[in-house]
Amino acid sequence: MSLALSDVQRIARLARIRVTNSEAAALRDQLNGIFRLIEEMQAADTAGVAPMAHAGELAQRLRADLATEPNQREKFQAVAPAVEAGLYLVPRVIE
Amino acid sequence: MIDATVKTLSSLLAAGKLSAAELAQEFLRRIDAYNGRINAFITVDRERTLAEARRADDLRAADRAGPLTGIPLAQKDIFCADGWLTTCGSKMLSNFVAPYDATVIAKFKQAGAVNLGKTNMDEFAMGSSNETSFYGPVKNPWNDQMVPGGSSGGSAAAVAARLAPAATGTDTGGSIRQPAALCGITGVKPTYGICSRYGMIAFASSLDQAGPMAKTAEDCALLLNAMAGFDPLDSTSLERPPEDYARDLDKPLSGLRIGLPREFFAAGLDSEVAAAVLAAVDELKKLGATTAEVTLASAGLAIPVYYVLAPAEASSNLARFDGVRYGYRAPEYADLDDMYCKTRAQGFGAEVKRRILIGTYVLSAGYYDAYYLQAQKIRRLIAHDFGDAFKVCDVIAGPTAPNTAFKLGAKADDPVQMYLNDLYTIPANLAGLPGMSLPCGFDSKGLPIGLQLVGDYFSEAKMLNVAHQYQLATDWHARKPQGY
Amino acid sequence: MQWETVIGLEVHTQLSTASKIFSAAGTAFGAAPNTQACGIDIALPGVLPVLNKEAVHKAIRFGLAVNAAINRRSVFARKNYFYPDLPKGYQISQYELPVVERGILKIRVGESEKTIRITRAHLEEDAGKSLHEDFHGMTGIDLNRAGTPLLEIVSEPDLRSAEEAVAYARTLHTLVTWIGICDGNMQEGSFRVDANVSVRPLGQAELGTRCEIKNLNSFRFLEAAIRYEARRQIELIEDGGTVRQETRLYDPDKNETRTMRSKEDAHDYRYFPDPDLLPLEISEDWIEATRAQMPELPEAMQARFQQQYGLSPYDAVVLTGSRAPSAYFEEVAAACNQGKLAANWVMGELAGALNKADIDIAQSPVSAAQLAKLIARIHDGTLSGKLAKQVFEALWAGEDDVDAVIDARGLRQVSDGAEIEQIVEQVLAANPKSVEEFRAGKEKAFNALVGQVMKATKGRANPAQVNNLLKKKLA
Repeated sequence: MSLALSDVQRIARLARIRVTNSEAAALRDQLNGIFRLIEEMQAADTAGVAPMAHAGELAQRLRADLATEPNQREKFQAVAPAVEAGLYLVPRVIE
Repeated sequence: MIDATVKTLSSLLAAGKLSAAELAQEFLRRIDAYNGRINAFITVDRERTLAEARRADDLRAADRAGPLTGIPLAQKDIFCADGWLTTCGSKMLSNFVAPYDATVIAKFKQAGAVNLGKTNMDEFAMGSSNETSFYGPVKNPWNDQMVPGGSSGGSAAAVAARLAPAATGTDTGGSIRQPAALCGITGVKPTYGICSRYGMIAFASSLDQAGPMAKTAEDCALLLNAMAGFDPLDSTSLERPPEDYARDLDKPLSGLRIGLPREFFAAGLDSEVAAAVLAAVDELKKLGATTAEVTLASAGLAIPVYYVLAPAEASSNLARFDGVRYGYRAPEYADLDDMYCKTRAQGFGAEVKRRILIGTYVLSAGYYDAYYLQAQKIRRLIAHDFGDAFKVCDVIAGPTAPNTAFKLGAKADDPVQMYLNDLYTIPANLAGLPGMSLPCGFDSKGLPIGLQLVGDYFSEAKMLNVAHQYQLATDWHARKPQGY
Repeated sequence: MQWETVIGLEVHTQLSTASKIFSAAGTAFGAAPNTQACGIDIALPGVLPVLNKEAVHKAIRFGLAVNAAINRRSVFARKNYFYPDLPKGYQISQYELPVVERGILKIRVGESEKTIRITRAHLEEDAGKSLHEDFHGMTGIDLNRAGTPLLEIVSEPDLRSAEEAVAYARTLHTLVTWIGICDGNMQEGSFRVDANVSVRPLGQAELGTRCEIKNLNSFRFLEAAIRYEARRQIELIEDGGTVRQETRLYDPDKNETRTMRSKEDAHDYRYFPDPDLLPLEISEDWIEATRAQMPELPEAMQARFQQQYGLSPYDAVVLTGSRAPSAYFEEVAAACNQGKLAANWVMGELAGALNKADIDIAQSPVSAAQLAKLIARIHDGTLSGKLAKQVFEALWAGEDDVDAVIDARGLRQVSDGAEIEQIVEQVLAANPKSVEEFRAGKEKAFNALVGQVMKATKGRANPAQVNNLLKKKLA
């Protein structure tokens, strides 16, 4: 398999990363090189093998339902790019 | 003092022959003097460090000191530390002062250790040479034309150049072990789940694991004692009774069975590295160990599997860097979407973008089964191979990296060549097993060579025992680069 | 052509937990912006989720309430998309393996009952809110709601009309509040409905192309939106067009739906198992312990009320609209042993007074015990139905003993035959004109005479006795 320029632009769009056309061409070549390496996987016989998502076979631990977090808005928003009236500001969202 | 181990410094502090403040000042002086040469630190905050040192001295005065009280440690800049700039090697977080402590940082604080500064690293831990850092590459103290390895290259170089007695690292595909090997120090990646990931900026959540980097295995054990332990804030943290990772250091190695995976000595391995590693195995035999050949048949696919799974997780983990709540935001944009796309295009470097794109692609509609699921299945096969191997051996030995440090820029434009550097380290991450690297010689260019040990789950103490016994019998770990 | 509307609903219920699904921040509604958004909720670098046990517990309760399968193992997945109210750039949800699957819910529309299949219910986190008021042309983001636990309940496309959809939504609303997993407050967004609507020629087996209408936050809007959307689709097809699969928004001001996004620009969510969370395992013991704590459910209670108290199906449904009224009713009915009368009073006088005062039954000034005594006094003939209302008003105003009120106000019904006979005779004597008219065949005159007797007794005379005596005397 091999990625086309349109694939690069499609995934860049999904990932919200601006990619210029000249960058896209270079990226396509690099990604195709990486995917040639990745394609080696397809030779492996994995019939009947369960996918492994985690290193251990453990179950999720559960938290008691306690609201213990204090309000730290000022501290958190001290590093925010734009805030007003306690809100994070972003360019207008159109629905 | 600068060549002393943590263990030695700890006794000097305990004996009152040295104060934490003096120790911190000494290392701060060395950072001032040498960091310009190797670029190992991104952030040094003299006042904070000295304040922590004074607090450590107060603890000791109050008779509340532990083994690490007053020990200065360099922290990889992937760990959030309250009040410290925490960049993860990225422009994206170039203005991010962390508002909280990672659990690892909190545990060191509790132990009275002193934060000496935040070390350079590949951007978001993605790299094997430290060249992807927004803050410039780290130079290898053994030869400043060479890379220190990555992604914990700053930590490795800082310890090798004696700018810190020890440091922390994180290892997703070899990021502790490979730079430890390339810089001639000792580094441990524990079993997945031993050290909390809370506050450690995520790269690939199912693989990331923090660990110590120091001059000796014994120091690594001391650091691990403080870093490890169950954390209710991390769902993948293992609930196990606390253990003393130094408990078996002095055990003799008689009867130890060492597994040598055929795949780790195959084509692609530098002959000088092979020779040094085999010589180290011979040394271990002299200490009473026996060897057996084992096979990790699926390990050959570890790199392709890793370059599906890690980017997939990363593409999602790094989605939070959107310029809304913290970090970099592009200065100019037309609308929300443009703000996202420019912020992320400008805030991330080339390697991070490549991996986000790979990950986005393999998870996208129509490709998931062929890539992500197939990779997870082979991941299980790799874990099974290790399981079979540990039926006939106690610890696996081999090279940490296929070569010694390479030239800055040599592989920077060739991602595939760069990725192949982690051939021997990635399998342990995929299986979740503990692994470590320790110095076992030098090549003809005078560059350090690393011996890798991989243990069964939770066998850190055994692995450290093997490494410590080896270090009692050899002095590779005590060598230091000239000029430092 | 005859058309059939096919509807499936996706309902987002906010689970009423104290803390969020993956963090220890509070969930109270209406806090100052971002004061209930902790590091995990705002997705600081390095933070990790840990699952709230109570959210799981509430999901189990729901599964048991709709007779569903509760998966012993379910998996959290990441749904990846960019939106400013989604701080991580992904929503933690459940995808391939949800916690609850294959349930049923019985609904009643008019006289008929219908069983609606529930495909699945899965746990997920809510997003924050975008405030579109003008901040110099910017949008403000409040993440207080981010991370609030949701149970998304998805039905099969088993609903065939707006009425059925509303009945299903109402029944579900009753159920989730009944079993205490959701406060049901629709204004605050605790219960939000998305409707998948399609149409097809009646008799056709294949489903038409569906449109999803998002975020309907009242039953009225749900009904209006489905009606509008079904009509729009039918007209579109009849005019030779085809329905495009898309997401639509309902505009209550214009009473219409409009395109939000089409399938072409639908997201590619790139779901994958969340590596920060391990599989959720639910033990048999946990399920059985939860089952043991389950309250009697509305459906079972309705059947029992009909059987035990002789109520009509309608009364049984009304009285089990939520738990407090059903419990109140049952307390009254058990104490006075008069189910039908108790139902009438709870649904009539009491409901009216509560409504007028705009208070909950839990705050009713008239206790169930008082009302039961009142009803007992009606039943034993002490009070007439009409005077009973006066007693009720007195109780509502704060008096506490029914008998004391009756005595103090002289409301005791006169059932003494001799006493009534005497009054009847007086009335007949005083109203010869009415007597004459009645005898001439004017029925209304009889009522006038009854009225006079009641007036003379200040309404206390037993009306049945008055009737009988008058008839006898006039015969």
